Amino acid sequence: MTSTSLRRRLVSRAAEAFCAVSVVIALLPLALILFYVVKEGIGALNADFFTKMPKPVGEAGGGMANAIAGTLILIAIAAGFAVPAGVICGIHLSEYPKSAFSTIVRFAADVLNGVPSIVVGIFVYGILVLPVKRFSALSGGVALGILMLPIVIRTTEELLRLVPAGLREGALALGATRSRAIFTVILPAALPGILTGILVALARVAGETAPLLFTAFNNRYWSTSLTQPIASLTVQVFTYAISPYEDWHRQAWAGAFLLVMMILVLSIAARLAVRRLERMNRP
Amino acid sequence: MNEPKIHVKDFDFFYGASKVLHGISMDIPDRQVTALIGPSGCGKSTFVRSINRMNDIIPDARGTGTILIDGKNVYGRDTDVVALRRRVGMVFQKSNPFPKSIFENVAYGLRINGGGSKREMAEIVERSLRRAALWEEVKDRLHSSAFALSGGQQQRLCIARALAVDPEILLMDEPASALDPIATTKIEELIYELKSNYTIVIVTHNMQQAARVSDKTAFFMMGRLVELGDTKTMFMTPKEKMTEDYVTGRFG
Amino acid sequence: MQRHFDRDIEEIKQLLLRMGGLVEQQMMDSVRALLDRNSDLAQLVIERDSEIDQMELLIDQKTIELMAVMQPAASDLRFVATIMKITPELERIADLAQDVCERAIELNREPQLKPLSQLPLLADNAQKMVRESLDSFVRGDVELARSVIRHDDVVDQLTEDSFRSLLTYMLENPRNISSAIRLTFIGKYFERMADGATNICEMVVYLVEGKMIKHTHMQ
Repeated sequence: MTSTSLRRRLVSRAAEAFCAVSVVIALLPLALILFYVVKEGIGALNADFFTKMPKPVGEAGGGMANAIAGTLILIAIAAGFAVPAGVICGIHLSEYPKSAFSTIVRFAADVLNGVPSIVVGIFVYGILVLPVKRFSALSGGVALGILMLPIVIRTTEELLRLVPAGLREGALALGATRSRAIFTVILPAALPGILTGILVALARVAGETAPLLFTAFNNRYWSTSLTQPIASLTVQVFTYAISPYEDWHRQAWAGAFLLVMMILVLSIAARLAVRRLERMNRP
Repeated sequence: MNEPKIHVKDFDFFYGASKVLHGISMDIPDRQVTALIGPSGCGKSTFVRSINRMNDIIPDARGTGTILIDGKNVYGRDTDVVALRRRVGMVFQKSNPFPKSIFENVAYGLRINGGGSKREMAEIVERSLRRAALWEEVKDRLHSSAFALSGGQQQRLCIARALAVDPEILLMDEPASALDPIATTKIEELIYELKSNYTIVIVTHNMQQAARVSDKTAFFMMGRLVELGDTKTMFMTPKEKMTEDYVTGRFG
Repeated sequence: MQRHFDRDIEEIKQLLLRMGGLVEQQMMDSVRALLDRNSDLAQLVIERDSEIDQMELLIDQKTIELMAVMQPAASDLRFVATIMKITPELERIADLAQDVCERAIELNREPQLKPLSQLPLLADNAQKMVRESLDSFVRGDVELARSVIRHDDVVDQLTEDSFRSLLTYMLENPRNISSAIRLTFIGKYFERMADGATNICEMVVYLVEGKMIKHTHMQ
């Protein structure tokens, strides 16, 4: 064996080791977070947590039923307006990539993506809460939706652009109109990716706390009204975690655990959905 | 001689400021195969894509002059491009099945044209697949993904899809250039079969393919039509020196 | 897989067989004109030759077109090459039949030399060889082709016999020389027709086996 090849092998080994260390550094915080949340949360989780309302201060027991329902409602509102609006914007961006309007929308989406979530909260507070002088589920959902919007727009645009031009030509050559081609061929081809983007965006906003503080606020009682303040897991966890009560700390951990699980489930659902669709979609 | 199916007169084409087709004039006969040959960038693809106005989707592209199909101007003011493309089917170089089942791929053109009863659809799908010589290979898996097919099968699926809307003209832009020799032979045999019912215009890089499948051959060079004639004549006794050099591979 | 190329090949094959049939007819009629001293029939054979020439041109054109557009390979290529070699052989055989008729007309202007004996036998053999060479082509029968090639020696011998017998007439009486020489020519014509059949059979072996056996006896 020559010395060059020995050197080459050593360098290769060193590079491999470096990569391995990097992976450990990257994964360690994630593993620790999961470990702590699971360790502290799983013990606190019980049937009451899902089905019971919070008990007044000082009483042990109770659950977060209202916050779980609240979070689901908030996410539904957010998705209900951000998904259609975002997908349509994304279609526009990919169809007319060079128009002035597209340039503006793209820039706006990028800026919005970088805006701290608390700023979005204040903004929605200003337009939806102050005028009616009441916190509401609707305003909370809108705040989360605004946070979802740029992710949905940009994922949709990027994925539509990845659809081979041949598909569009194929549809047009058969006498499809442009919009027909988009909605029957191009969009379905990009759907798995777009769906992943939407689920990732949902997972992200499900964990937001700051924008909800001035919009959905919180609610100690069961509420499904869109015009009333509503509880959410994140705000509840925040409230409980900073409280001085041991039992609330326990429930905060359980809430945190539930949030992590929700995000995990969303991610897995995204994977499964994509795999199912791709079976039809990709070679 | 019958009336030509497609009559082209002084047709120019521009991408922005650059002129890529210069005064093309030619007649394309009904129910025959016309092959367009020439080196890369000679304009043959641009020309064939002008016949169904596929170039419209390219920004800043425009054609001037006359292309008549059955006497009606393709570039007329009142031309309905969507209706035009239903009469003029197209098969592309890279097979482009939709992310749908085999059945839905073939049925696509029917659905966007308003569809029909379930039975009619099934009949047309079967007939189109038979015409494209693909039925026997796919009849047991019509509802599985089109992507599960081989490259050659995908291309025949695309041909079946084009045939399903019952076009009069079939444009083929290098339909076999991405296929292996056996799949290529199948496509060529198919073209030979189809010409009794369709007017076919095929662009090909492969001169031998043009020789094998076509009745007429047009030789393009730098955006101009150099020579057009019976394929046999073009390959035995071309009139133009440039054609001679090209078909003998003595080019350049 | 059935290729449309196969249909083109079949078409050329049919043309060649039709030409072969005409050539056989010409040979048969030339022999009949000679034996029956029928100048009208001889004249008819001479006039019909242009039909065969036309067919040769047609087959050549179709074959060249096929090469131009199909770029045949392997057995297809051997087939096309075989056609290109067989067609002129057939045309030459027809020309020889025409020559027989021209000599026959000349002979009819002179008194009959004698009842012909070897010549009809020679003509029969040559005809049989031509017919069998075409059969071997149609069926791709190399056994038959090889037996035809072997039979060429018999024809050569018959030609020689015919020549010797005619020579005796010439020695007997110088008046016979004119007719005897014409008959010698005719013998030579039939011998050449048999050579043509041999060449066709050599191409049949090439077509089927890919082996060129022409001239191999010289090695």
